[in-house]
Amino acid sequence: MSGIDPITLAVLAGRMEQIADEMDATLFRAAFNPIIAEAHDASHGLYHAETGETLVQGKSGLPIFVGVMAFAVKAVIDKAAEQGGPVDGDIWIFNDAHMGGTHLNDMRLVRPYFRDGRLFCWLASVGHWHDLGGAVPGNYNPGATDAFAEAFILPPVRICRGGEMQGDIIDILMRNTRLPQSAMGDLNGQLGALDLGIRRMDELLDSYGGDTVTAALSALQDRAETLMRAELSALPDGRWQAEDWLDNDGITDVALPIRVALEIRGDRLTLDFTGTADRTAGPVNIARPTAVATAYVAIKHIFPSLPANAGVMRPIDVIVPDGSLLSAPFPSPVGGYTETILRMIDVIFAAAAGAAPDRVVANAYGTINALSIAGKRDDGSQFVMFSFYGGGHGGSTDSDGLNHGNAPISTATIPPMEILEAAYPVVFRQWALRPDSAGAGQHRGGLGAVYEIELLADKAEAFLFGERGRHAPNGVAGGAAAALNVFSYEQADGWHHPELTSKMRGIALRKGQRVRLETPGGGGYGPASGRDPDAVARDVAQGLVTPDAATRDYGTAWEAAR
Amino acid sequence: MSVIAGVDVGGTFTDIFVLSDNGRAHIAKVPTTRPDQAGGFLAGLGVHIPDLSDISVVVHGTTAGTNALLERKGAKIGVITTEGLRDVLEMRRRDRPRTWGLRGDFTPVTPRDLRIEVAERTLADGTILTPVDLDAVRAAAKTLLDQGCKAIAVLFAHSYANPDNERAAVAAVRALWPNEHVAASSEILPEIREFERFSTTALNAYLQPEVSGYFERLESALKDGGFAGEFMIVQSNGGVMDVGTARALPVRTALSGPAAGVIAAGYIAANAGFPDVITGDVGGTSFDVALIAGGKSMLAAQTSIDFGMVIRTPMIEIATIGAGGGSIAWVDKGGLLNIGPESAGSDPGPVAYGRGNDRPTVTDANVVLGRIDPNSPIGSLDALDVDAAARAIDTHVGKPLNLSTEMAAEAILRVANSRMAGAVRLVSVERGFDPKRFAFMPFGGGGALHAGAMLREAGIGRALVPRYPGVTSAMGCVIADMRQDFVQTVNALADTVDTDMLTALMQAHHDAGMAMLDKAASPFEAKETTFELDMAYAGQTHSVAVPLPVAIEHGRVVSPTRAAIRDAFDAAYRATYGRVLERGVRRVINLRTAVIGRRPRFDLASLAPTTTGAPVVKARRQVHFVDTWHDTAIHDRLDLPVGSVIDGPAILEQPDTTILIEPWLRGTVDAFGNVIIEEKA
Repeated sequence: MSGIDPITLAVLAGRMEQIADEMDATLFRAAFNPIIAEAHDASHGLYHAETGETLVQGKSGLPIFVGVMAFAVKAVIDKAAEQGGPVDGDIWIFNDAHMGGTHLNDMRLVRPYFRDGRLFCWLASVGHWHDLGGAVPGNYNPGATDAFAEAFILPPVRICRGGEMQGDIIDILMRNTRLPQSAMGDLNGQLGALDLGIRRMDELLDSYGGDTVTAALSALQDRAETLMRAELSALPDGRWQAEDWLDNDGITDVALPIRVALEIRGDRLTLDFTGTADRTAGPVNIARPTAVATAYVAIKHIFPSLPANAGVMRPIDVIVPDGSLLSAPFPSPVGGYTETILRMIDVIFAAAAGAAPDRVVANAYGTINALSIAGKRDDGSQFVMFSFYGGGHGGSTDSDGLNHGNAPISTATIPPMEILEAAYPVVFRQWALRPDSAGAGQHRGGLGAVYEIELLADKAEAFLFGERGRHAPNGVAGGAAAALNVFSYEQADGWHHPELTSKMRGIALRKGQRVRLETPGGGGYGPASGRDPDAVARDVAQGLVTPDAATRDYGTAWEAAR
Repeated sequence: MSVIAGVDVGGTFTDIFVLSDNGRAHIAKVPTTRPDQAGGFLAGLGVHIPDLSDISVVVHGTTAGTNALLERKGAKIGVITTEGLRDVLEMRRRDRPRTWGLRGDFTPVTPRDLRIEVAERTLADGTILTPVDLDAVRAAAKTLLDQGCKAIAVLFAHSYANPDNERAAVAAVRALWPNEHVAASSEILPEIREFERFSTTALNAYLQPEVSGYFERLESALKDGGFAGEFMIVQSNGGVMDVGTARALPVRTALSGPAAGVIAAGYIAANAGFPDVITGDVGGTSFDVALIAGGKSMLAAQTSIDFGMVIRTPMIEIATIGAGGGSIAWVDKGGLLNIGPESAGSDPGPVAYGRGNDRPTVTDANVVLGRIDPNSPIGSLDALDVDAAARAIDTHVGKPLNLSTEMAAEAILRVANSRMAGAVRLVSVERGFDPKRFAFMPFGGGGALHAGAMLREAGIGRALVPRYPGVTSAMGCVIADMRQDFVQTVNALADTVDTDMLTALMQAHHDAGMAMLDKAASPFEAKETTFELDMAYAGQTHSVAVPLPVAIEHGRVVSPTRAAIRDAFDAAYRATYGRVLERGVRRVINLRTAVIGRRPRFDLASLAPTTTGAPVVKARRQVHFVDTWHDTAIHDRLDLPVGSVIDGPAILEQPDTTILIEPWLRGTVDAFGNVIIEEKA
């Protein structure tokens, strides 16, 4: 590490991280929409002036954004270059997922930061807007076969030129959302976060000077790279493969393989997704930036102490085959990207378990289960209850998996049942742990959940976008797989399951009918035969594991406990 | 007999602050006794008051509740809950312990087989869909009793909207149950959000047998010693409650000790002319920061004592980072110097304590640089091992970074100070407060070593070191007002809310709070009731706290109009977000009421030094600042007369604190004996 003393470096590392954190906090407070305010589906950071690489990222934003924002900034850098280069006082805005990753709800604002007439770095803000037009309110359209059916698409344009806000652009945006007030609140919040970032950067550079801060940013990247290389060097060389499956794309009932070969040579790592299914008609595609960012999320879960900057990725090659569903071209639909990247993380974990079984956690439940129930209240008003549901985390060397956690790509909490029941004409008959849903193991997985919802209004329609209906979350190091995701709905003639097992559109429900979502637990860690008999007995006593399942999965340990 | 005594029991010391009827204050510090803390408690009181019958009020700040939660030492408890919902406590709000790593699990305070479901259901509007099956309730209670449960929590859906099913169930359980540890969630927290309400109620039950037993033991020990006055407990909200309330609601004591400290800090600073103050408590493993603006401390609506252990009750907002005196300094594989989160705590403690830790801590850096006197350290040690501290710093920081011992120690402090300054910025700059307006008040033993750094790194205007920083929490016990908070979920639109119903709720809160104040023996200078509504636009989840100006005439609450509610919301929303929404539909979510009895103040000048003359230098020693050693004057802090001006570099020592005045700073002793540290003119 040259050019900067280690003490100043340590101090500046904390100061810059705090700037990004403070930008996060500013938007969370100001945002009108609960997806940002409550679920923290947003992120902020500082990015490299020329390459757009992530320099510093806030700690509280959504994990998947940590890697994906660099692509959004790079898209703006390229577009600005076509137009004569970045200009002080400009702010760029876009949601095109094929340029910036994730999906069309994520609105990205990117702003150059100038110091002494020179471009110093970029600041960016991304946040999930509630609605951006398209065929389905909220834009989660399982039947979309192109991006146009998902949402309004905005390429990188300037919403502010030389400090002048462009009313025309704002008018276009507000005309293309069903919720203009919410969108305006989010836009103001993101602009406010960027303003704050500029002020804080000014203060920082006033105290430390541009050269010192530049040296620190460069040293922090180098340090991240050194840490990553040290972690990789400590692992054995080799090549490990894993595959897993998506149930289907929501259009055709064909399973879709996700394959990875993980190779470690010295201090380098390659993740090669060759062999993964081709791009699909339905919205389980992802754009290439999303795929690269997902690799980063998986790596950071395996090595949680690594810093959040691009240096980490320098010794890592991610090979994403052209034409696969991991690099789908515009205008492929990408609205269901969450399911695909969860499966990418699962296969990376499964392959990494070959190299470092003690560092890897078994697969988590692996689906966000976006369930919406839409209809009319008794007074005639419309309602749409839309939420993601939880499941179990995988077992690890440390302990059993967490019961009912959030998805590895997210930190969002679930709305309280009482809030949902107060807002919508439903009653939850069950909001409970799901016995026997966890993968068996020396450390078993965490349990998934059972949510049973009864309709109190006359009629409504139910939509589900889920996964893991046919391919269960896997264990590692000899641990067993968890239970499958099971969705059931009641009709006049009894209970049914969706044809596409984990996805369905517009099933009509009548008053008193119920839907039931039984989510997967996490995979187990280590062979079930190694489980402490007392732990098996405790699980059976508490009803987390039924006696039959204990006999089947933990034969000897269960015998010993009885 | 009108002596008031504040007692704060910490892990190492029990601090006593006594205010006698002539307005004089006395302090004492005695070792905390274990396992029965009553020994130290009484010994501490006895230092200045041989006859306990002279005391009219004893106010206690305690960490008994927090420790029982952190160490999972509460009672075996049972839960009776709505059919389909027995796992709410275990499922939480679908969160996880850490963002990265996906490791870790969660064990609720009551296991699944002691959470029993019964048929019953209330809807969000208060409609009872299914009346409670009382036979099932009785059967469940018997089962839990047979299992050896010491307390029962009854947790029903939407009981905040209609408590009838819960009340019937609790009545049935109480008829069978041999003790007073039975509670319904609507009694503890009648507020929407089932996990938060259930968790708060269950943790209350979990604490109740243990903590109320502790209060009973203390109370009877006091009575045996001749005490016939009032025994009160500090709550997390910074107000005090009578011991009977504390025994029923131990969950409200979770931040009792630290809250008392913040209350005292606000009082001391306001008297010294600084209504805006940021407090900083440097402990063994953490740095705790709180902000007081315009004399008012910030309140948070809830906190997590540990992952999944949520308590929702108003409490003084305290931000904590893992950088304390015992935090370990280390260099990572990427060559970056880190402080914490690993800590040597107070046992084994820093390397210099010689108790087996060999990795350098923040305190070791202070020792090596001459800032702490190695021959008279705080606590039970006779001397500190400076050489061992220096060796540890060399091995773990100096060599990897190619720095001398002194520069490595300076580096440790710079990084630690920078993290502490980050916490100060978090509560100030990040919330829109300009730190220049504020005074930094260190309390606890270690804070005053880092005060100068907070001026430099966080841009705070000045530091104020109270005369007795080690007993701030005990002093807070004596100062704190009596206070009771109430909440009730309303869930109505502002345009159609039933104001008669709202007024009736307000009246009920006011009456209950006033009854509590009237019962208290201690005198109040004033009694007041404040009302606040949690409000939001329909569709929004984050609510805004809306102060509602409501008159109370001859004990009767004057009904607020819908227009007044609407205007109050618009004003509060505009103040928070800078704008209101033209077509937004306003909702009233909760009513929050605080009933406060203002306790008489005392004159802090009674604590001021009585010495006169010029400051006396008791010794000199070499102390390292920035890049070189300075010949530094050492003073006895408590002997410094009012008006003393001490230019840095200097060190002021007192039995439980060392105050560092860096070369660029100047300390002044004010009329109360506080040391005000500012930049040299």
